[in-house]
Amino acid sequence: MTDVLFILFAVVAVGGGIGVVTGRSPVASLLFMVATLASLAGIYVLFEAHFLAAIQVLVYAGAIMVLFLFVIMLLNLGHDYRADLKYGSWFLLSLVVVGLTAGVLVQGLMGTGETGLRAGGAEVAAAIDAAVVEKGAVGVIADPLFTDWVVAFELMGLLLLVAIVAAVVLAKPRARQGEK
Amino acid sequence: MLTYALLLSAALFVIGTLGVIVRKNAIIIFLCIELQLNAVNLAFVALSRYTGIEGQLYVFFVMTVAAAEAAVGLAIIISIFRHYETVSVDKFNLLKW
Repeated sequence: MTDVLFILFAVVAVGGGIGVVTGRSPVASLLFMVATLASLAGIYVLFEAHFLAAIQVLVYAGAIMVLFLFVIMLLNLGHDYRADLKYGSWFLLSLVVVGLTAGVLVQGLMGTGETGLRAGGAEVAAAIDAAVVEKGAVGVIADPLFTDWVVAFELMGLLLLVAIVAAVVLAKPRARQGEK
Repeated sequence: MLTYALLLSAALFVIGTLGVIVRKNAIIIFLCIELQLNAVNLAFVALSRYTGIEGQLYVFFVMTVAAAEAAVGLAIIISIFRHYETVSVDKFNLLKW
């Protein structure tokens, strides 16, 4: 059952990814992206990361994608159906880069790294499952987040504040000369 | 299932890379970067079953950074659009050698 669901989600994710790259209008690409994000959330559930699956749907497929949609509508890009692919040398370059990246990734995957992981894998997974039962799906993330990783967590808050201020300043219409 | 998840992650990352290189629309380039971030997130989640809960924490942080990046990046795109009336990356080349 798990494998069937995984294959289903994986097919939707890859199909959505291809749709993002080949979509002719930005809105179509965006909707393909939402499909990819939702199926990735399903895969997170299969890996017992329930809280991440929830925020994947809420924050990514919800908030961030809606932000993209707002910008597309604000700039009125939806009707622009001209193909905006790069051709010629760029296309060749992309094939070379994609081939090299895929080669490196698959070679790393098929290398020796995984056997070491598999050995200790079962008890790590069992420990995580036990912690989920004990603290709940949110608690198991929140516990290390507010103890060992609290500095990183606070820095994330600072980063979001800086990003909000920067976004407002950048997107604001520029004041005319001498108007101030 | 770990191997297949990592293969899926690699596939999504490569698709994202392809999109970043071949598309000209700045917003779609941004979407492809988000796709790459999600591919890495998937690898983190899959590996967290074998290395501990920290993998899921990293995904949490990556999502936060992605949200910040999307907000700032889209603001920059709006600002550029005001100036050039386009979002094609071929048209704004002031910083190109």
